[in-house]
Amino acid sequence: MIHLSDINKTYNNGAPLHVLKGINLDIEKGEFVSIMGASGSGKSTLLNILGILDTYDSGEYRLAGNLVKDLSESKAAEFRNRLIGFIFQSFNLISFKNAMENVALPLFYQGVGRRKRNALAMEYLDKLGLADWAAHMPNEMSGGQKQRVAIARALITRPQIILADEPTGALDSKTSVEVMDILKNLHKDEGMTIVVVTHESGVANQTDKIIHIKDGLIGSIDENLNHDASPFGQGGYMK
Amino acid sequence: MFDIITEIFTTIRRNKMRTALTGFSVAWGIFILIVLLGAGNGLIHAFEMSSSECALNSIKVFPGWTSQAYDGLKAGRRIELGNNDLVLTKEAFPDNVDEVGAWLHQGGCVVSYGNEYVSADLDGYYPNVTKLESVKMLKGRFLNDIDINERRKVAVIGDNAEGILFDGVDGGALGKFINVSGVVYKVVGVMKDENKGMQHQVAIPFTTLQLIYDKGQFLNNYAFTTKGLETEEANDAFEVELRKVLGSEHRFAADDQGAVWFWNRMKQYLQTSVGMRMLQVAIWVIGIFTLLSGVVGVSNIMLITVKERTREFGIRKALGAKPHTILALVLAESVVITTFFGYIGMVAGIGVTELADSILGQSTMDNGFGSTTVFANPTVDLSIAIEATLTLVVAGTLAGFFPARKAVKIRPIEALRAE
Repeated sequence: MIHLSDINKTYNNGAPLHVLKGINLDIEKGEFVSIMGASGSGKSTLLNILGILDTYDSGEYRLAGNLVKDLSESKAAEFRNRLIGFIFQSFNLISFKNAMENVALPLFYQGVGRRKRNALAMEYLDKLGLADWAAHMPNEMSGGQKQRVAIARALITRPQIILADEPTGALDSKTSVEVMDILKNLHKDEGMTIVVVTHESGVANQTDKIIHIKDGLIGSIDENLNHDASPFGQGGYMK
Repeated sequence: MFDIITEIFTTIRRNKMRTALTGFSVAWGIFILIVLLGAGNGLIHAFEMSSSECALNSIKVFPGWTSQAYDGLKAGRRIELGNNDLVLTKEAFPDNVDEVGAWLHQGGCVVSYGNEYVSADLDGYYPNVTKLESVKMLKGRFLNDIDINERRKVAVIGDNAEGILFDGVDGGALGKFINVSGVVYKVVGVMKDENKGMQHQVAIPFTTLQLIYDKGQFLNNYAFTTKGLETEEANDAFEVELRKVLGSEHRFAADDQGAVWFWNRMKQYLQTSVGMRMLQVAIWVIGIFTLLSGVVGVSNIMLITVKERTREFGIRKALGAKPHTILALVLAESVVITTFFGYIGMVAGIGVTELADSILGQSTMDNGFGSTTVFANPTVDLSIAIEATLTLVVAGTLAGFFPARKAVKIRPIEALRAE
């Protein structure tokens, strides 16, 4: 599903900063992986490249068979829309749209009609237990609810992969568990490919594979099918 | 389409204050422009109206005093114009002189009808005076060529004099005979008094006046309409020639500016036209700068809007919005706002100019000799108003286009980072 070979990325803000120094990584369809690393390790940069939100300097990135390199803005937007579902730490809901409209937004950019869009959005909100909150604005909802709206929005286009950037970073431990359970169920029930970037070992412990990234290189890849990699993940307490 | 409209109205509703401010600057710009143009047009229309009342291509010749010795005659000699000057002028310039007429004055007459009387001045006119001056006939006719040729004793009186002399008389003044200091004239017409409150005027044929009041060949001044003199240079050249011709007849130097005076309406018109054109240009310059401030207002607001929404644009892009979709959204919003408020400003401006038209559309000013229209039809062409509004919409949008384009070009990751 995801194939990265020798990805390099340098930021040129004043002094050049070599963030990714040759990343080689393969993620298969249906995998549930986490990318862990300290701040500054390059994990967010990697996620941004995976999400086609940022470009890379050299190497090759293939997503679901498509070569992602030197794309035009429009093409990148189309790939993001059709292939990727994003979940952000700060939810990134549009503040002046209600839950249903936020969920339906990706379909708007596919040119889906309003009626069909909203019906689908309601369906996904219902799946995530938020049908009653459809008409509420983001500022009327709790963090957990907002993140569930964001998940519904990520799912509505039936993407190939879900990219979650610190999905529990702004949530308390209880809602963090809820959100991770949702992701786990998505993986288990629908075989969704999910990549979670986190610095919390408890969150990473919920995933099946943990990729450690250190100083711009892949450090180690741990199989974690038993979810026993971190003592913080035991008993549902992640913080 | 419906989606875009909903999007626009959502953002407008979210930013009422900002929208109101943008709208105000747009509406105000258009409003000021239209009111300004309307006021300028009022002056220009009044000027055009007063110059259209009488023939522009006319020259009046007044006698004066010689200012230099010439041909053995000393300076300071009075020049007297006579009938032969009319003939001379016409014959000397067959290509430039059209119709010739003269004016002769006889003051201190008493006009009576029945028991009523007024004191009045007699004016001997040629029929062509109606082309040279704004003579407004209310009843009957003005003097004609037959009156001149047969030296008829007919008169045209002013409406004020008619009101006094023929108060309560059945049928008014027309066809009645008035007594002017012992001579009886038949009233053939009533004209509007332009100089209210001053001496009553009675117009009679020039030839009749010359004969009855024993003026000989004498005349006070004469006037003629010209042809083929379109420019100021042509008029100046003609005046030099005419002065030369009259100089050889009355024995004064060809360059003696004091011997005869010319009042050339065409030259005056051309000069005033230049002034009016300058006024128009000045108004447009001010108007365009007003518009420009509206444009700057719009682009400023667009800049802020775009800055404020950078993160939102980042989210939209992450979700699959293409750059041009976002750009179109921002521009559509600005077009909707500027069009809507531009329309309001335009309607308000037109409303004010129409109101001004109905209140002081025909305001006149007493200049001592008569009244002049100083403000007429202070309105703006609808097409100009619409064009100005469209210009503002287009310019405002263009001004906002570049910051908007820059904003949507930011990579989504940077936009998402912006707080």
